[in-house]
Amino acid sequence: MATLAAEPRRGQPAAPRRSRGRRVGRNLARTAPLLPAVVLLALFLLGPIIYSLFGSLTNRALTGPRAADPQFVGLDNYLTLLGNDNFWKSVVLTIVFVVASALIGQNVLGMGLALMMSKAPSGVSRVISALVVTAWVLPEIVAAFALYAFFASQGTLNIVLSWLGLDGPMWLVTFPMLAVILANVWRGTAFSMMVYSAALAEVPPDVSEAAEIDGANVFQRFFRITLPMIRRSISTNLMLTTLQTLGVFTLIWVMTAGGPGVESSTLPILAYQEAFKFMQVGYGTAIATVTLLLGAMFSIVYIKVLKPEVDS
Amino acid sequence: MSAVPAAQVAATTPPSADARNVTRGGRRFTTASPRGRTSRLISTVVLLAIGVVFLVPLGWILLASVNGAATVSVSWPQMFTLDNFVQIATWETTFRPLWNSAILSFGCAIVTVVASVLAAYPLSRYQLRFRRSFMYGILFGTCLPITAMMVPVYALFVSLRLLDNVWGTMFFLAATSLPMAIWMTKNFMDSIPVSLEEAAWVDGASSMTALRRIVVPLMRPGIAVVFIFVFTQAWGNFFVPFVLLQSAQNQPAAVAIYGFFGTYGTVNYGQLAAFSIMYSLPVLVLYLVVQRVSGSSFAMAGAVKG
Repeated sequence: MATLAAEPRRGQPAAPRRSRGRRVGRNLARTAPLLPAVVLLALFLLGPIIYSLFGSLTNRALTGPRAADPQFVGLDNYLTLLGNDNFWKSVVLTIVFVVASALIGQNVLGMGLALMMSKAPSGVSRVISALVVTAWVLPEIVAAFALYAFFASQGTLNIVLSWLGLDGPMWLVTFPMLAVILANVWRGTAFSMMVYSAALAEVPPDVSEAAEIDGANVFQRFFRITLPMIRRSISTNLMLTTLQTLGVFTLIWVMTAGGPGVESSTLPILAYQEAFKFMQVGYGTAIATVTLLLGAMFSIVYIKVLKPEVDS
Repeated sequence: MSAVPAAQVAATTPPSADARNVTRGGRRFTTASPRGRTSRLISTVVLLAIGVVFLVPLGWILLASVNGAATVSVSWPQMFTLDNFVQIATWETTFRPLWNSAILSFGCAIVTVVASVLAAYPLSRYQLRFRRSFMYGILFGTCLPITAMMVPVYALFVSLRLLDNVWGTMFFLAATSLPMAIWMTKNFMDSIPVSLEEAAWVDGASSMTALRRIVVPLMRPGIAVVFIFVFTQAWGNFFVPFVLLQSAQNQPAAVAIYGFFGTYGTVNYGQLAAFSIMYSLPVLVLYLVVQRVSGSSFAMAGAVKG
């Protein structure tokens, strides 16, 4: 990477420095191609973020007088938010959802699949891999319908349980969080599986074999040798799956709509409900801002992990 | 949705089958021991069990679509029928939403690719003072949970009078996919040696001519990957058009399918499944195309670096 970055500098026509004006002009001409991207990003990404920070300080509503003339209310929305049980519940649910489905579920299952696929006959691996990846390539809403059907009270899961003589609960009502967590694992594991398969393929087998000769068992070899060797893939993958899961909306919305009550309302769902169902845009914006800040915190950690790539 | 870009990039990075086979082949020779055979058997059995769990919900979509009396549970159709497909094969129900999806996704992908190729050129070729901070900003942008932004975006669209406007939605979708697209495009461009452009510069070509005539043709596979990746992401996006496009004639398939589910009355699961298949096929096909275009670790350059 370093050489690639250095090349262009050498490659540029060696323009003698004639005048300041000309240099400024040249720099403007060089940066001009950035313009369309910068305008789009500023208008549609930076704009809403600034709007989010500002809008959360008003009592703006979707309809009525407060829609036409929103008042500046300072930190009122945030203070209300802090005193709102639903908000705290939502924060806890979001953390549970992210930790259980992304950090644990997708990563452990993804790693397990990658490991087993390196052992099993290639035909079996290929078929299973295709199934897992299909679940991930499908549009999110289609996956959500498929899983809704799976967990519905007359759905496949309960039919199978009844064959075994068990009386399955109404998963989406009794254990809504469990259902959406498993659904997100079903949908998202393919990504971790592919990242870990690629990482494991890079691990030279001789190191592990040497340890085997020295008497290390399977678990020792995995935890002492393989895991440390692919730790960068692991940290990157943990970060990406976390951020991805933090933003999940469609899956939960289709399966439970955040219900029953607010039993499965993670932050994106709560923000949507407050803003569009209860028409409290300012309040909904405050929730959105909290989620954005949460995402920003994760992003900063992520950027620290990837830092060398930017500097190259 | 934020890291979906990052996530979907891996669509372009299937685990290199060749590499795995080589390793596996090697291992098979070295550890042809009883213990090796046991772990092989256990792995196979566990994998097959997991495979069934992944297959069942997918199987439901397939079987329900050809079942005249489909329910929420998987069942073998008593009588195979294409009735569900025939029933939904109308302009209002299926073809207009799919057409809207196509316009939205193609438009978004074209805008994104053009903007990111243009932006990647100075970032890749010149030593700009703000390059590092710009790249950091872009990287930060790839991480933002876009779903969390939909409330402020809605408010912004109201004040810009862009609500229910296909163009506004298209440009917003383009903006959300730009950070990842610029990141990927720049990495693809970095891998094309600058020496090829030097000749053109000497001949007096402008940098934009060099970009159009030399760089873009050389990085065609990379551009195809970015295009398909952005297209797929826009095609599958439900939440953005759900919030920003209200009238039925503007809604893409992702939102139209939600109508089948209806909050009122009974759901026609057969038709829902049939529509799901019509709607999912294009992205499944594109995924296979990406694997062909970039079936190597080449595509990894733009995405996850482990």
